[in-house]
Order: sequence, then C-alpha cells, then structure tokens
Amino acid sequence: MQKRVAICAVAQIKNDPNLWYARFQNMLLECFEGIMSQTKVTFDMEKGIRTVITCSDDVWDARTISNNGMTDVVGAHFRGEEKMAQESLNGLGYAMASILSGHDDVVLYMGHMKESQPESRNMCTNLAFDPFYCRPLGMDFVNVNAMQARAYMQKSGVTEEHLAKIVVRSRKNAAKNPFARDNEPVKEDDVMKSPLLADPLRQLHYYPSTDWAFGMLLCSEKRAKEFTDNPVWITGYASCMDSYFLGDKDLTSNFSLKNATERALKKAGIKDVKKDIQLFELCDHAAYQLPMWAEGIGLAQEGKGGKWIDDGGMDEYNVNISGGMLNGNPLLLGGAARAIECFYQLKGEAGKRQVKGVKRALAQSTYGAAGQHQAVVIFEV
Amino acid sequence: MAHKKNRNVAIIGVGQTKHSSHREDVNQPEMIHEAVSAALKDANISIKDVDCIVHGNMELFEMVHQPDLWHVLGTGAYGKDSIRITTGGTVGTTIACASDNLVASGMYDIVMAIGFQKLQEGHTTGGITNMADPLWFRNLQTGALTGSTAYDVIQEFGEDRAKRAAMMYRIIMDKHACLNPNAHRAFGLDFDQVETLMNTSPQLVGELRLIHMCSQSDGACAVIFACEKKAKEISKKPVWIRDHITIHREETFNIFGYHKNYPVLKTHKFAAEQLFKRNNIKNPLEYFDVFEMYDPAAWWGLDWLRDFFFLKGDEHLRLVENKEIMIGGSMPINPSGGVIASNPIGATALLRVAEAALQVRGDAGAHQIPKEVKHALASGFGGTMWTVLMMLEKELSW
Repeated sequence: MQKRVAICAVAQIKNDPNLWYARFQNMLLECFEGIMSQTKVTFDMEKGIRTVITCSDDVWDARTISNNGMTDVVGAHFRGEEKMAQESLNGLGYAMASILSGHDDVVLYMGHMKESQPESRNMCTNLAFDPFYCRPLGMDFVNVNAMQARAYMQKSGVTEEHLAKIVVRSRKNAAKNPFARDNEPVKEDDVMKSPLLADPLRQLHYYPSTDWAFGMLLCSEKRAKEFTDNPVWITGYASCMDSYFLGDKDLTSNFSLKNATERALKKAGIKDVKKDIQLFELCDHAAYQLPMWAEGIGLAQEGKGGKWIDDGGMDEYNVNISGGMLNGNPLLLGGAARAIECFYQLKGEAGKRQVKGVKRALAQSTYGAAGQHQAVVIFEV
Repeated sequence: MAHKKNRNVAIIGVGQTKHSSHREDVNQPEMIHEAVSAALKDANISIKDVDCIVHGNMELFEMVHQPDLWHVLGTGAYGKDSIRITTGGTVGTTIACASDNLVASGMYDIVMAIGFQKLQEGHTTGGITNMADPLWFRNLQTGALTGSTAYDVIQEFGEDRAKRAAMMYRIIMDKHACLNPNAHRAFGLDFDQVETLMNTSPQLVGELRLIHMCSQSDGACAVIFACEKKAKEISKKPVWIRDHITIHREETFNIFGYHKNYPVLKTHKFAAEQLFKRNNIKNPLEYFDVFEMYDPAAWWGLDWLRDFFFLKGDEHLRLVENKEIMIGGSMPINPSGGVIASNPIGATALLRVAEAALQVRGDAGAHQIPKEVKHALASGFGGTMWTVLMMLEKELSW
C-alpha cells in the first residue's frame, strides 16, 4: 500500500492586517495562478485536478456555504470541490486520504480567511459556544484561553518573563520571513506592559488579526515527477477531539494533542519525536501555548514548560522558526501556514531563516476553546 | 478509465431520527445522539470501534460556529480523530464520499459520517439567501425558491400536462412518505386531488406552489463505513460503495459565458455522464434498481430524472405519468418520500445514501421496494446547482 503523498508546489500571499482593497476571490486567484504557473497542472478529467479541497468558514465570511463564492477562482467549475470546515491543517490530512484512497491522483488544496472583515473576532468565536449555557456568559476563544493560560502557567512554572521572551523571539524570526505579517519589533518590557485582554493574557501575547490566502498542489507518489523534481512528502496525519465543557476536563492536560501526536507519529513510523524530527511548527494563538503544545507533542517534559524555555528548548528543537501563529495568521489557517513553513524548510528554500539538515518536520494546529480539537501532520524529504 | 480504489469500503450501519418541524424535546447534541445510537445499534458495534467522526451541516442556519465542538457531547468523537467537512445541501453526500475516501486510504478502518440540521432554531430562507454574493446577487435571491424550472417544463410540454406531471410526482412522493415512519410530512394525498392542488395550493414563485416545495425539518442521520475486512467480520449485509463523484459550478450564473461542454444548470447530467462512463454503465435506467434523489421540489424532481438517466423527449414525464417511479414501478424514486417529505438540510443528502443502503439490504420496512435491489444510486444537491452522486452495490462484483 502506498503510504505517502507529495506536496509539489505552494503559493501564498503575504499575511496582512487588512487587505481592504481585495476581495477573498482576488486573494485566492493570486495563489491559484501561482500554482498553475509553477506546475502547469491541468483540469483534465482524467489526468488533471478533479478535486479541490478548500478551507474557509461561514461565520467569518458571513456567508452560508462560504465555499460557494470561490468555486470559479479555484478552478472547480464542473469539477469537484469539498470544504474543510475544521482548522485548515485537517484539509491537508484529508487531501492525503483522498489521494491514498485512489479516488484522486492530484488534489488542489486552497484556503482563505479575512479576519479584517468581521466587526469583532470575539463575536465570531462566541458563536462556537452552546446557545444555552456558555454563550450568554460571553465566552470566546480569548477569555477561555486566558483561563487555560493561568492554569498552565501555574502548573508548568511559566512566568510573564517567559511569555515576553516568546513574543520577542516570534517577531525576530518573522522578520526573516517575507510572507509573514509586518509587525513592529518589540522588547520584553513592551510585552509585559501591553494592555490586558483577559488576565493573564496581554495584547502582545495574542496573535494579531490577519488576512491571508494560500494554495498547495498535492499528488500521488507515482505522479509527483510530473510536477516537481523534489517533492516534500506527507507521511502522517491525525486529529483528536477533547470534551466540550471546560468543567469536564483538566485545562492543562493536553489530552487531545497527545492523542493526535501519538497517532500521527505511528502512521509516519516515527518512534522518537526529539531525535527523528528536526523542525516543529506549532499553532501558538497565544504565547503560553508554545511551551504548552511543546509539552503535548513531547518536546518538553510535562509540567516543565518554563524550564524548557530557560534551557533554550525553542531554539534547540527549531520551534516556530517562521515566527509562528503568534506573529499573525488568520485563525482557521494557522495550520496551513505551519505546513507551508515545513515545506520551505524541507525544500531548503527558507532563505535567511533556513535551518540546516532538516529531514523531517511536524506541523500542529488547534481549534476550539482551550485547544479542544488538535491536529498533527508529519513531513519528510 | 476504470475507477480504482486502494481498498473496498462498505456501509455497515445507518441511523436516523424522526424528522419533524419542531424537535423541541431535544437540543442539537441530543438529537444527533439519537441518530448515532441508532447507527451503532444497527451495525452492532460500540462507539469504541469507530476510528474517526466526520461531521457536517451549515453553520449559519443555527448560528453555531464549528458546532462539532459542542456536539462532541452527542457524536461520540471524544478522544477520536474528528473532522468537519461541509459543502451546501450536498454536505450529507460530501461527508459520505469523505468517509469512503478516509477508509479506502487505509488511514482509518471504521468512520462514522454525521449530518444534522435543526432548522427550527434558525431562519432557513434567510440563511440560504445569505449564500449569495453580497454585492451582486443577495438582493435578488429568494432562498431556494425558484420558479424557473416550472416555467421551462411548462414551455416545453404545455401548461396542463406539465402541471399534472409535477403534481403526480408530488403525490407519489407523499404516498411513499406515508410508508416511512421517520418522514416529516406525510399528508395522505391521493391522485384524485391532482387538479385541485394544481389550482389551489398557494403560489410561492410562479408555478412553484407550496405543496411542491420541501419542508424545513429538524433531524439527524449517521452512517458507518468500514473497510472490507472489518465489514465482512461485522456485518451480515454490507453495502459496498462502488464510486462517487462531485461536480460543482461557478457561483454566479453564467459569468464566463456559455460553453457547449458546460451548459448552465447541467451539473447533474455532467456528473452522471462522467460517473457512468468510468464505470461502464451504458443504460442507467436499466442498471439501477432504485434511486434516492435529492429532490427539493416536485418540479426539480420531475425535470432532473431526464438529466440523471439521459432520457429523451418526454420520457421522464411518462415515467411519472405511468407511475413507474412508484414503489413497485420499473425505477422507484425515493421510496422514503424523499426531500419534499423531510429536509433537515445537513442530514438530507446523507439520508439519501442511508435510505439507498437500506433498500440494498432489504431492510427498509414498509417502504422496501418489492424486487431485489442489487444496484442503488443516491444523489446530493446544493450550492448553485452542485451535484454529488454515489453508487451502492449489493455484491462486490463490478
């Protein structure tokens, strides 16, 4: 049985605070044309793309069936199109399944999100809570993350100073990434004095609102050489769902991330995360999540996130060399952005931020309150 | 090009709720739990045997963002791989196709697809109207209500014959619904009412009348898919997925102009042509024993028969006029009563697959068709004329 799937090409626009002059169709079209010109792929019913997997969300686009507005600009007129409504990294996992199933040889995977469009992103995420108990309390992803941050910081010895260090490093790394959102460089003191969003989360601890779109061409092992000389392989994918009510779980347990990681590694045939994988891209919506997810995937010892930062764990294991989610990617597309960094690093095309000797990489993404849903993808060259 | 698949996949369990306009006795996760429990019981497995859950609906109908997060209370996804794939009205068939892909890939052995909608908790026509482009079409959109097909059929076949055929189709669906205990609307209509209903049912848009149109329902459906090895171990009557196809089209009507290969509104025909070609099916009307069609209105159901089965002239009208589409006819359409009877949108297309599978198994109860069902077809419809088709088989023999 064939076990791996090739990523042949990637296209993206620059992450931007407010692309007021572009509709999401324009953003996608730019990525679409990038893929077409790199690969010369066609939409032939037998040899070309028959299936497009897109990522977007009805609430954020304020449109029922948000994929309806993009069918033409992703080439899906009289072809198949399916929307991954969960976090975008799962779209990559699903593309992998579609190809391994034999149903498709070539899949185009695209996504868009304009966080500048809604009046308030907290109003959007408030709608993820049940209408009876949680929504009327004003729960949203920020204030729920704050509860998790407080519990996690206490458990793992993570301090305000650690969080400041994470934010400063994120911005330094992102400055070397031409597609990253342009942010002002900050000092640790700026982070610790930035306004509180929800105690203990401060404004600079949280990823800034961002607009972005991307495209990626995937194909079967057999056909990869038609589109690229040096593909990057996807060898494992898994996800996991945790329980819903905050009171039903230990907010610091990393239950779903541990499960997703274990299952993805098993599929990729990897035994030791630290030895066998050289680069990690984690979806740190907020600064505290970087050490927390590092614990979840097994880079840091459980309950020792603070010490892991002090010991230089972030640089030792090449975590979020792209700047991470913290520098700014749209909420649903954090996973795709992580995957794209893994792709560039494995290809040796990461420019000034290139890490030497990367043979395997791991991308993680999360959605829902306090990391309820988690996904992990493993890449290889 | 014959269709290739990494490994075979079968449906081993289906479950659905009673569909109704107001399931006020349950909230969303509770309603889903009814369908999930029924599917697990039908497959004779426990939730522990399921590797992955695929969830789908349309968010803005109930205004819950990423409802799979909350619904974990009823889906059984806790601790499992879990994804959410959505399209439009097609979503139920999309998650069936996705489940087939996930199992065939070898990444998962058993996958459960869950479609649901609780339309009572939102505003359906408002929700559908919100699908249209805010700059160009939103002010023109009338939800899913369109009178253009009625106009076309009347133009082609004359007013009296067209109206009678559409109402015959409607009454046949109601007769089927009366045999299905889960159907939402089952009125007990009879053929002597054709003329009265043609003239008295309130007009919605043109000749599309209230009685022609599908309902707004609350309901859920769950279908369990397994790899060949597990299916043969677990199930006495696995129903095999032979192939599936998805065909979408551009959002705005005809923005790129006419192209002879891609005529406007002909995705059904295009999908059927491609699917049947690669599976060597020359005469679908002869090949299939039953068809569960996503028929949102009687006019569409009538008209689309022609597209799916490549019929010529007035053949599709005659199928209806001669009651060949009834249970017991030569090509039974929607023995379940179809979408006009029950339409919990996110579940609707999955119900087509579930009902087709029940027919193949011979387990559809009072609405089981009387002959052996070896080959069944299910369709999904949504978006701006999008089509999904899935072929089910009794034997692994193609």
